[in-house]
Amino acid sequence: MFTRTALLVLKKDFAIEVRSREILYTTLLFALSCVLIFSIAFVKEGEPLLDAAAGILWIAVEFAGTLALGKTFERERYSETLRALLLAPAPRAAIYVGKMLGVVVLLAVAEALLVPLVALLFHAPLLAQPLLLMALVAAGTIGFSSVGTLFAAMLVRARSRDVMLPILLYPMTVPVMIAGVRGTSALMQSPADVPSAIMWIGLLASMDVVFMTIALWTFEPLMTE
Amino acid sequence: MRKLFMPLLVVATAMFAYAPFMIDQAAYESSMGLVSKIFYFHAPSGMVMLLSAVVCGIASALYLWRRNPGADRLAMASAELTVLYGLIVIATGPLWARKAWGIWWDWDARLTMSFVGWLIAISYLFVRKYGGPGSDKLGAALAVFGTANVPFIYLSVNFWRTLHPKTSVVPTLPPLIRGPFWFSALALFLMYLLLLTARLHLERQRAALDALYLAEED
Repeated sequence: MFTRTALLVLKKDFAIEVRSREILYTTLLFALSCVLIFSIAFVKEGEPLLDAAAGILWIAVEFAGTLALGKTFERERYSETLRALLLAPAPRAAIYVGKMLGVVVLLAVAEALLVPLVALLFHAPLLAQPLLLMALVAAGTIGFSSVGTLFAAMLVRARSRDVMLPILLYPMTVPVMIAGVRGTSALMQSPADVPSAIMWIGLLASMDVVFMTIALWTFEPLMTE
Repeated sequence: MRKLFMPLLVVATAMFAYAPFMIDQAAYESSMGLVSKIFYFHAPSGMVMLLSAVVCGIASALYLWRRNPGADRLAMASAELTVLYGLIVIATGPLWARKAWGIWWDWDARLTMSFVGWLIAISYLFVRKYGGPGSDKLGAALAVFGTANVPFIYLSVNFWRTLHPKTSVVPTLPPLIRGPFWFSALALFLMYLLLLTARLHLERQRAALDALYLAEED
């Protein structure tokens, strides 16, 4: 029941997205413009600064992710479907999981484009350890989306939600960003610093577990009127 | 607490008046000179800030799951005091750092963590003020998340380099510094308690006023 509800919510969001592709395109374009702006700040005399790529990648993911999070729930609010979703005789937490999976999938698509692009544009050996980088990016994305989905959901009814989401989300995801950036730059060293990258992945994984647990726990009282 | 408020206020005022004399007589820290006296203000404020943040987190969890309106008022009051004491910590820290490290600010573990914690407390107040209806629950969730986040912020920044004196400094203070230090800590803690009580009282009155308005409208 739980898994089915979550997958149904994911399927619904996916169907809407496939038809309009609105969120995907805006997120991708926004991530690209982020990278462009960073290239102005972090390239000196044609050579990118050392380690800048790790930060650029993660900041682009975080900014683009905020945009995507805001949009997924804006859509529900706009067509007054959130109430219908919450009225469904299904566990509330499953709705949260479905929504979160949607954000994760969307960000994964954006990252699949961002990682090679950042590696190319900033001469960074990002793909030297593809499996570890994938694990790191996946763990970071889940951590970011788990907090983000909860905050975006609870801000749906709040005033000035567009301003509020980044203000609440960025301080809260600071540890995710630190672990992501540090882990990525450990992987970018030559030779790659595998032990510390694994340490950061482990830290991210434990963050994911804690964030998900609290989010699943608080979603029910938060979404009850 | 209300009966104790005035006597405690007198005690706290007296303590604040006497503290400069005590700090003046405390042993002179040779390497740092006069700037080291900031320590008597900076470290206890940091302790009270942490305490206040923990109170806010616990009260928010109580409010979220038990719907206890008193817990909500407590969370609100302690979040405000977290921001206040955080401001003291963040304002006095650089004054000391300039002399000790030669820089105003460094992205070291403790500094980053205090800054992030302070930002989270500010964002809590932000939600409460501009969040509109339902912002009480929003804020409570934020505080619960913020509290759960603390160990991770601590761990992740601790794996960086660190400049800030370790926590082991406080228990191993020389006797001549220890006395004035705990005196200052107690004074700042008393001030926290008094401010919290006053703030809670104000929130209670506000809630009572709101209830009266609602009763009038019916």
